[in-house]
Amino acid sequence: MIERALTKGTTNEQAADGIAIPGRKLPIGSKGHLASGWLGMLTLIATEATLFAYLLFSYFYLASHALGAWPPSGAPHLRIAVPGTLILIAGSVVMWWGELGIKRGKPGQLMIGLAAALVLGIAFLAMQGIEWSGEPFKLHTNVYSSLYFTITGFHMLHVIIGLLMLAVLLLWTAFGYFSADRHSAASIGVMYWHFVTIVWLAVFFTFYITPRLG
Amino acid sequence: MAVIETDRAPIIARATDDSPSSATLRQSWEGRPGVGGWLATVDHKEIGKRYVVTAFIFLIIGGLEALALRVQLARPNQTLLTPEQYSQLFTMHGVTMIFLYALPVLSGFSNYLWPLLLGSRDMAFPRLNALSYWVFLFAGIFLYSSFVVGKGPDDGWFNYVPYASLAYNPGPNIDVYALGMVLLGISTTVGSMNFIVTLAHTRAPGMSINRVPILVWGTLTASVGNLFAVPAVSLAFFMLWMDRQVGTHFFDSTAGGQPLLWQHLFWMFGHPWVYAIVLPAMGIVSDALPTFCRRPLVGYTAVALATVTTMVLGFGVWVHHMFASGLPILSLSFFGAASMVIVIPSAVAVFAWIATIWTGRPVFTAAFLYFAGFVLLFVIGGVSGFMTAAVPLDWQLTRTYFVVAHLHYVIIGINVFPVVGGVYYWFPKVTGRLMNEALGKWSFWVMFSGFNVAFFPMHILGLLGMPRRIYTYASGLGWGTTNLIVTIGAFVFATGILLFFINIFLSLKRGKPASANPWDAASLEWSTSSPPPAYNFAVIPIVASRYPLWEDRMDEGAGRSSVGAGMLLDRGRETIGTTLLDAEPDVILKMPGDSYAPLLMALTMTAAFVALLLHSRWGFGIAAVVTVLTSIGWLWPERSLMQIETGHD
Repeated sequence: MIERALTKGTTNEQAADGIAIPGRKLPIGSKGHLASGWLGMLTLIATEATLFAYLLFSYFYLASHALGAWPPSGAPHLRIAVPGTLILIAGSVVMWWGELGIKRGKPGQLMIGLAAALVLGIAFLAMQGIEWSGEPFKLHTNVYSSLYFTITGFHMLHVIIGLLMLAVLLLWTAFGYFSADRHSAASIGVMYWHFVTIVWLAVFFTFYITPRLG
Repeated sequence: MAVIETDRAPIIARATDDSPSSATLRQSWEGRPGVGGWLATVDHKEIGKRYVVTAFIFLIIGGLEALALRVQLARPNQTLLTPEQYSQLFTMHGVTMIFLYALPVLSGFSNYLWPLLLGSRDMAFPRLNALSYWVFLFAGIFLYSSFVVGKGPDDGWFNYVPYASLAYNPGPNIDVYALGMVLLGISTTVGSMNFIVTLAHTRAPGMSINRVPILVWGTLTASVGNLFAVPAVSLAFFMLWMDRQVGTHFFDSTAGGQPLLWQHLFWMFGHPWVYAIVLPAMGIVSDALPTFCRRPLVGYTAVALATVTTMVLGFGVWVHHMFASGLPILSLSFFGAASMVIVIPSAVAVFAWIATIWTGRPVFTAAFLYFAGFVLLFVIGGVSGFMTAAVPLDWQLTRTYFVVAHLHYVIIGINVFPVVGGVYYWFPKVTGRLMNEALGKWSFWVMFSGFNVAFFPMHILGLLGMPRRIYTYASGLGWGTTNLIVTIGAFVFATGILLFFINIFLSLKRGKPASANPWDAASLEWSTSSPPPAYNFAVIPIVASRYPLWEDRMDEGAGRSSVGAGMLLDRGRETIGTTLLDAEPDVILKMPGDSYAPLLMALTMTAAFVALLLHSRWGFGIAAVVTVLTSIGWLWPERSLMQIETGHD
């Protein structure tokens, strides 16, 4: 491999004068956290987290101006939300374990992690669907219901995008694209999945815990 | 071509555009000819030029709208425009200037200049850059789509509810504005992400964070600000659209919603945005003015820190747009005080520019005149802003022409004048030809005098109590003569802009050919030829100071930058990735080539928004699926970019 690279590169001869080679070799292309995409995902998460901050700001702003009880129909029950939260956290944990695998050169472990997180994510979505259909109010009932469906809906949209990422990554891992040396795309997708989990914790705390705090 | 090496020590060599290595670079970096290549290009220089040209077209459209408004207001009781036409015109004037001209033109400058200033070969995400431009273009067309059939946005650019609620504004006017702004927000956001990563990752070796040009500081600060501010306005507009079309109640006070929530979200975005559309322009001045003063900028560090401080404070002053909305006095005092504190970083920059002129040997070129004029207008706009930061005075002046005068001094003074000066300054770099100096000075004096004749009397109109956004006024109020003067000034100002555009067209054809560094300037973009080759630099420069091309004349430190010799990186599209603070090389970046994916994705995203506007669920579903598929194709790991396990097959 290296011989071919050297014989292919005609530049050594062409770049006539003053050739000096620095001692250190540098990796080429997208490698781990050196990939531009890694930084790009950090900026995407920053702006998306801000979006949720503004959503929750709207919630608290409208809650603080509410006349009468808040939430109007009482604090939402925890029967589905708590197991859903635990499932989402479990998904992040297995994903972390899967990423650990590819860092150690085990694509199989990454595939198991991706598949498990995918199943857990779909389960979360299904539970959210049940939760939604069981609510005593509709989107247009009042401002609380508007907030509830919009904010949890925004989060579900992010779960769906995250699941699409995981599914595509599963496919790419199956194609043998990733190794211990090259797996930026997987790390970037996994980071997004962790973000989806963490943002849910903020949404969960806002809707399910703060009404119970007094 | 199978790329098989996973690491390499870059070759350091001396090379010029005539070296054999540059022929290889040209092959790697030049796009395909023809329409296909034009649509697929990801070259930051091409995208930057498109941004500037498109923004100038919107400037002309917005300017013509303003002239129509001024003709209507020239005399009392005029009937040239109906109230509805007037509302749409002043709304689209604001939307166009603030969203479709002011930031995009600066994005254009920075897109073109950043890699050249930073000693790199492209932005960190070339394809995202192309997407950002296409979405901006389509969002602009989208925002104008209903205006051309007489149903444009008509509640002012800040679009307060309940005026903008369905009950009071049932047509498509506001829906187009709401969805168009969400679409435009995507362009702004991905553009900002690109600038941030470009700064963090692709500076030339040695260009540590305290050596980057101030324009880079300005655009970086604006980009970080946008990342945190744009979600507020996108969300506000999306919630408004949902209130109007889906039946939610966010702003509906009859169901527990709050109209003031709109104002909070809008101005939480709006005020940082004001700084986003001026800080990069101030950066243009901080970088270009010293060239004409023949000395480095006075107080580089202070100006850089002032830039960042302005934005940080800018996130804490949004309520000064809402002093008259009945909020508690205590909070008004806080926001009034915070607004006044912004004077400090602004004054730091102003004194730095004055000191640079004072202690330098100014060369009075057209560009210099624009920059010096900018300093004066900035001070006037700053003072009127300081006045309205005082709560009691604001209660008197808000919604009068005083505020109109203030915001035009600030936005035209701090954005348009530096931008026009910047065009005079960088035109030879971009086109290889100098602009006509005599015509340039004429255009400055016509613009400058026209501007002041048009906008200074507006302060007086405001003090006399003339409200903004009225389509006409009765005679006998004492406003007639002043309004006539304002209208005359507006036409003189427009003539100045016209002279500037005439100069551009004449100089494109007949301008004197420019050398690589016609102004004897100090920064890296002047070390490459005019116009620069597709690959920007034959070798990646090595930077040892803030003024790489002036080091021979400045006794600062022992280090010498190297612009003729550096990393060759000529094996395909490559540039160097460096560390965040010290800019030490740590990776060879493989850059993606031309692609239709950005254009396709911009088209499908626009189609999705059109479908939302038309309530077409199927249309939206199809457009969303195609967008997802396009993005999967776009992100598919490529072996040529070394994103894939390289030992494989």
